[in-house]
Amino acid sequence: MAVDRFPVEASHIMMFARSVGDDNQIYYDADYAKGTEPGTVIAPPTFAQASAQFDPDYFLRPKIGQPWFGSGGSPTGIKKESSGGGGGGGGGLHAEQHFEYHRHLKPGDVLTATNLPGKTWEKEGKRSGKLVFSETVTEYRDQNGELVITARGVGVRTERPVDQ
Amino acid sequence: MALKAADLNVGDTYTECLVEDLKRTQIVQYAGASGDYNPLHTDEVFTTEVAKYPSVFAHGMLTMGMTGAMLTNYVGDGRLTKYGVRFTSQVWPGDTLNSTATVESIEDGLVNLNVETVNQDGVKVLSGYAQARVD
Repeated sequence: MAVDRFPVEASHIMMFARSVGDDNQIYYDADYAKGTEPGTVIAPPTFAQASAQFDPDYFLRPKIGQPWFGSGGSPTGIKKESSGGGGGGGGGLHAEQHFEYHRHLKPGDVLTATNLPGKTWEKEGKRSGKLVFSETVTEYRDQNGELVITARGVGVRTERPVDQ
Repeated sequence: MALKAADLNVGDTYTECLVEDLKRTQIVQYAGASGDYNPLHTDEVFTTEVAKYPSVFAHGMLTMGMTGAMLTNYVGDGRLTKYGVRFTSQVWPGDTLNSTATVESIEDGLVNLNVETVNQDGVKVLSGYAQARVD
């Protein structure tokens, strides 16, 4: 995701750590963190994904005043049938995610995220028909322009919902 | 506590239970924290009636995040240099997940780990690798 300004904040790190069931106090307690090897609160390894919060165009967040495809009075808020991708729900499924850490994030960092073009490929799936994969490489840079995390995500659109 | 290269052997394993009986509320928590509000993860009506899945299911990134906690508990704070996964099967409310890191190689102050997370039926839901600095 492309983001102009992703401020890394302690309360966001705390909420993120809670959500992944991680009770390591380095994510919650600045005093405790002083006694750890990093010497400061840091972010959990997958925290960069929360840059979605700061992407103004992120399509999996309801936007004020705009239709949303989740249920309300009816099963979806979008009137017309969504096009293709039975696995749908807008954007298909997440197939792979890779992170390379040049350093770990900490509160006070202000990041930018830039997308580089990635590959696209197709495959025939046993459980969901034709699969279309697309890759995105995202470079996260800090307030000094230093590369801090390189992320590579692979999304997949399925022809129909994955057989269970 | 960081790992020491001298104490590690190829084939060593470290396992943690990531979650027992995964709750929909935890998936909601992850949606809120990560910003990924795809209704497939939190909206049972949409997911069963429109997307035609049997129920909501966890974000792949929730499984990766929980697996990441196992990894950092093993290798120590701030020690990871690489972490990547493939999501091989969906994770559903009610699932119990166990995750294992296995030492594949140790060289130049780095350990390479194979990472695998399985559900209560032994089905692999996540498969990947990690690399960390060791003393």
